[in-house]
Amino acid sequence: MVEALIFYMFAFVLIASAVMVVVSRNPVHSVLFLVMAFFNTAGLFVLLGAEFIAMMLVIVYVGAVAVLFLFVVMMLEIGKVSMKEGMVTYLPVGLFVGLVLLAELVFVYLGWEMAEGAADRRLFPTPDASEVANTHALGQIIYTHNVYLFQISGLILLVAMIGAIVLSLRTRPGVRKQDIADQLDRRREDAVELHKVESGAGIK
Amino acid sequence: MEAMTEIGVFEIGMTHYLVLGAMLFMLGVFGIFLNRRNIIVILMSVELMLLAVTINMVTFSAFLQDLTGQIFALFILTVAAAEAAIGLAILMVFFRNRGIISVDVVNRMKG
Repeated sequence: MVEALIFYMFAFVLIASAVMVVVSRNPVHSVLFLVMAFFNTAGLFVLLGAEFIAMMLVIVYVGAVAVLFLFVVMMLEIGKVSMKEGMVTYLPVGLFVGLVLLAELVFVYLGWEMAEGAADRRLFPTPDASEVANTHALGQIIYTHNVYLFQISGLILLVAMIGAIVLSLRTRPGVRKQDIADQLDRRREDAVELHKVESGAGIK
Repeated sequence: MEAMTEIGVFEIGMTHYLVLGAMLFMLGVFGIFLNRRNIIVILMSVELMLLAVTINMVTFSAFLQDLTGQIFALFILTVAAAEAAIGLAILMVFFRNRGIISVDVVNRMKG
């Protein structure tokens, strides 16, 4: 009963904030509602017994991805956008596609049955939570059975980091920056000129 | 395992979570169609769809007592973070060049 109420609370807030992400006029509000959606999903995951994924969601999504979105939104100065014309033109198409997808998925779920003996074919059966914690069990699986996938996901992040840096790096002309090699390369002959100045004549 | 058969209002089973994921996915698709002014909201909609998929993964993992789904969810998280970083970097470069990130203009990005 209590679990059901908690589920409904998280689910309702999640769906409501997802709606607000989509229809909000101000992109900053969209990002903040996205953060709210992530938090509520983390709550649902705790309810499901997946604590590690829940905490990862809070740390990675809220702490990194949503903040990245917030940075970009605030940096680009987009301001409020009028959704009127876009709404009217694309609302029917979007609603149609979305509702068709939703109906298909719900039909699949309602008609789904687990195969006979599927329970015996689990790849990594969940250990008893009182003996092995969720994080511990996940770690054992990732670092023993999926270590290559783990390394590759690290590589994906590295490539993404380098890609983002390369994409957003630019050399602006006319900016004075310190060039240490140039400074060290400077010789006395390049910089200083000595002239013999006759008295009363000055330098021409 | 019997979670699918009993669908009560106060008996939270697999179906509840799966329908929630489906609704979230639908909202993501809807957001992609709806937003023609601003690509950032489309990227956010993609994040919502990835979140829906993650919810499905974790739900199956929890109700079928198999940790594989949670491991997969971790990798989805990784790829989503990478995708967001690259997408936003491309967006920044585009905004710097054009000064606008409306969807109607972005199809001129080719070539």
